[in-house]
Amino acid sequence: MERRGVSSVLLLLLMLCCCFGGNGELQESKPPEATTAPAGVDLFPNVLDEAQAFPDEEKARLPVFTMDYPRIQVPFEFTLWVLLASFAKIGFHIYHKITIWIPESCLLIAVGLIVGAIMHSVKEEPPAVLNSNVFFLYMLPLIVLDNGYFMPTRPFFENMGTVLWYAVVGTVWNSIGIGISLFAICQFEVFGVQDINLQENLLFASIISTVDPVAALNVFEDIGVNEQTYIVIFGEGLFNDAVTVVLYNMFTFLAALPVVEPTDVLVGTARFFVVALGGILFGLLFGLAAAFTTRFTHNVRQIEPLFVFMYSYLAYLVAECFAISSVMALITCAVTMKYYVEENVSQRSCTTIRHVVKMLATISETLIFFFLGVVTITTEHEWNWAYILFTLLFAFIWRGIGILVLTQIINPFRTIPLNFKDQFGLAYGGLRGAICFALVFTLPDDINRKNLFVTASVAVIIFTVFLQGISIRPIVEYMNIRKTNKDLKNINVEIHSRMMEHVLSGVEDLCGQWSHYYWKDKFKKFNDRVLRRILIRDNRAESSIVSLYKKLELQNAIGLLDGPMGDISAAPSIVSLQDERKEAARPKRKFLAADVRKMHDILSNNMYKIRQKTMGYANKYNLPDDSRTREILIRRHASIRRSVRAESFRELPSQNIPKSQKYYSLQPGGDLENAFALRRRGHGGSGDVGRLSTSSSRSHVPMRRLKTISETGKAGEQPAASSPPPGPEASDGSRPGSLQGRRGGKGPVPPPKRRLSGRVDGEGDPGPVQPPRLPPPGGWTPEDQDPRANETLLRDPSSS
Amino acid sequence: MGALQSVPGHPEYVDLAEKTGFSFEQIGILHKRFKQLSHNEDTLLREHFSKIPNLECNPIRSQIIGAFFDRRNFRQDGEGTVEEIGFEEFLVIMSHFRPPTLHMTEEQRESVRRDKLRFLFNMHDTDNDGTITLEEYRHVVEELLSLSEAMEKDTAKSIADAAMLEVASISMGHMEPDEFYEGITFEHFLKLLNGFEIESRMNVRFLNMDTTTLCK
Repeated sequence: MERRGVSSVLLLLLMLCCCFGGNGELQESKPPEATTAPAGVDLFPNVLDEAQAFPDEEKARLPVFTMDYPRIQVPFEFTLWVLLASFAKIGFHIYHKITIWIPESCLLIAVGLIVGAIMHSVKEEPPAVLNSNVFFLYMLPLIVLDNGYFMPTRPFFENMGTVLWYAVVGTVWNSIGIGISLFAICQFEVFGVQDINLQENLLFASIISTVDPVAALNVFEDIGVNEQTYIVIFGEGLFNDAVTVVLYNMFTFLAALPVVEPTDVLVGTARFFVVALGGILFGLLFGLAAAFTTRFTHNVRQIEPLFVFMYSYLAYLVAECFAISSVMALITCAVTMKYYVEENVSQRSCTTIRHVVKMLATISETLIFFFLGVVTITTEHEWNWAYILFTLLFAFIWRGIGILVLTQIINPFRTIPLNFKDQFGLAYGGLRGAICFALVFTLPDDINRKNLFVTASVAVIIFTVFLQGISIRPIVEYMNIRKTNKDLKNINVEIHSRMMEHVLSGVEDLCGQWSHYYWKDKFKKFNDRVLRRILIRDNRAESSIVSLYKKLELQNAIGLLDGPMGDISAAPSIVSLQDERKEAARPKRKFLAADVRKMHDILSNNMYKIRQKTMGYANKYNLPDDSRTREILIRRHASIRRSVRAESFRELPSQNIPKSQKYYSLQPGGDLENAFALRRRGHGGSGDVGRLSTSSSRSHVPMRRLKTISETGKAGEQPAASSPPPGPEASDGSRPGSLQGRRGGKGPVPPPKRRLSGRVDGEGDPGPVQPPRLPPPGGWTPEDQDPRANETLLRDPSSS
Repeated sequence: MGALQSVPGHPEYVDLAEKTGFSFEQIGILHKRFKQLSHNEDTLLREHFSKIPNLECNPIRSQIIGAFFDRRNFRQDGEGTVEEIGFEEFLVIMSHFRPPTLHMTEEQRESVRRDKLRFLFNMHDTDNDGTITLEEYRHVVEELLSLSEAMEKDTAKSIADAAMLEVASISMGHMEPDEFYEGITFEHFLKLLNGFEIESRMNVRFLNMDTTTLCK
């Protein structure tokens, strides 16, 4: 019910916008009749009419209400269009099922068609804003930046040869194939297109062979098609933009020439290489410059995203200036930049950058599709059945043949060959899209039969987007293409894949074989030694295992903070964080609650420990103004504080912990203590931590750490504490501590834990000291101990 | 396999080719390499491996070298280690790294997979008791992480512990309070790396080897 209501409102808004947009233009096109110089419509036109007859009587009366539309017209209409498209997008996503079955580009074109129909019926022209400059300078870079920035680099570099092979050779193959076939068709008089010469056919063919597989990519990603097919089609879509633009320029140039010499073709090929390599070079330069700049931006965090955009755009424009491949430059810049910039900038800037890139790309692409829909209805079309049908036919045929032949050639060079299903997916996923339309629309007007070309490409685009776009999903699912295993966020898999890579490069060294593991290794060494030192402010070479581990732990900690804390009955305040609570069925929870608690304990322990250690190294997690975890935790703390203030936490009043203590613990090095305090509270009842390794010989380290919670009392290593609640310490101190006392500051662990950790430790397991303590109060104690603990830890030579 | 080709002068290659699945060319190349490594002797010793400069930078070189001398990898169901290996054993070990051929059935793929995973498993399981214990795992993780500078042992330990925990959860699910997890058996190992397409990734391309670039 509600959905219908919302969608009808949206539809109404849509209509209004169209009308208004249309009306606005209507007003603009009619010359203002009543008024003269400033196009203001006065509220009292009669008066003004009369006033015109007697100019000297015209007094400057302060108009109460004026409207000056032409002044704001262009930005206003632009905004309206974008808003309209965005409403349309909101509308689509209301019904989730729609977007599964119908790709978004279809829907956008459909809305564009509707708007175009409306405009056509009021005899209106679409705003003539899509010209060559606007497209190439403003719209294309946004789309390309999005693709380049979010390109998955590892699969790309592993499959780089294949991707480039398909993109470059495939596009050239398609263009030439389609062009020549169409030219052959043109020779038949019966079709009436004899006046299109070879160059123009080639030009048109090069435009038509650009694929824009966005819809196919979405489907592939949803289904989880195997990585190789995904990256090939992604890369192909990305790089063939570059190739097409080069071919387009070349053929436009050639089309203007009356005669084409073979030397021109050779020159064209040479130019292609110059253009591509030049683009890559420029991209690298700007990318490295951007990375270097962000090394110094830690004091001006707000403008960090700006650098990313400005440098990319500069790379694009400078390349355009020299007429080398701006698309390649932009892609290279984005890829280079991303790796280093994301290490240098703050978490917020990183998020901002990603969101803005996505947003801009969406605007650009939406506008183009929208425009496509509008133009389809409103322009003059030249429809020639033969030409258009043959174009469609040849587009399919040549793509199919191309993929087949190219794959046969390249498969022997691949470790994972592409089988027929993959090839079919590739061929069928070759939808045409926004770029194709924009290129054909911005053809210079002196091209003969431009309208025919526009019509033909619109036909091809609509056909492929609608038919192929909608049908690709069921077909791919039916065909059961080899899928990828997405669940690789697993420490074990990471460890073993690292290990496998090292084994492989070792064996390769043994055999004297150079392959991409060798190069990868070499590059990594170069990267670590040279590039990272220069470009990254805060350089710690970190193994991917460790980063994955930290990431997982961070997720766990956050999950712990706002997830349901299993068996804690004593934490109503946490339970009351309804707005932040996630469902218990989080992805990892296929294990039992006890396992999960155990896992979380251990992992959290370890995270605590790692943070402690790395605190010594000015890790970026630790910077007072920059801590990623801190940002997240502060938000959590804010809400927890709110609930605490509400006194729903029954134990709190019994403690004399000043609230300031909590804030104190948010200082550098202390930020996670809160997390653990809260977690401890949360895990009050989680027992059985020592389940995994109960034999004392296995002294499972984390278990030991748990135990040291009890060692807060070990005064030896703690500087004078500020009013620690004596309870836990006293009982804790009675324990023979074995350890390093590294971990101070853990609240008294609830009984079961202690018991087990004692057992685990196997050192004279004393009778379970079970202070009848409820978790919550204990939970607060760490806070005031944490700073001390931190100091302890910091002072400890933590290199164990 | 290559039985139809006639290879002048190396009849023993036929046997080897059948056993390991390499082609004659590949065997020839590997033989050259073997001779280079062993300085034209008939057997390879461990010291010969330590002369390869690039291998020195590899964090798990001792395991890799150890794998070559490990009888379990000779496919003869032996155990223990040897001190020197001949060309045949060298080839057998190398055959663990052959890529699967294009037209393999599911079972063949599965057996290739098991084979490669067994190789990796043997690298971990140094005491040959059929399980990877926590200590062994820790050792491996420490070595793997020894490349990164800012690492201490405890991190490696905790990562290994977390990994064991994961394995336990995946393989055993719920455990009673007094059970403990002995170690990763081969079956658990298989289950763990279920989604990992090792048969496609753990390959060395023996096709284009250039023996002139060897021996640095």
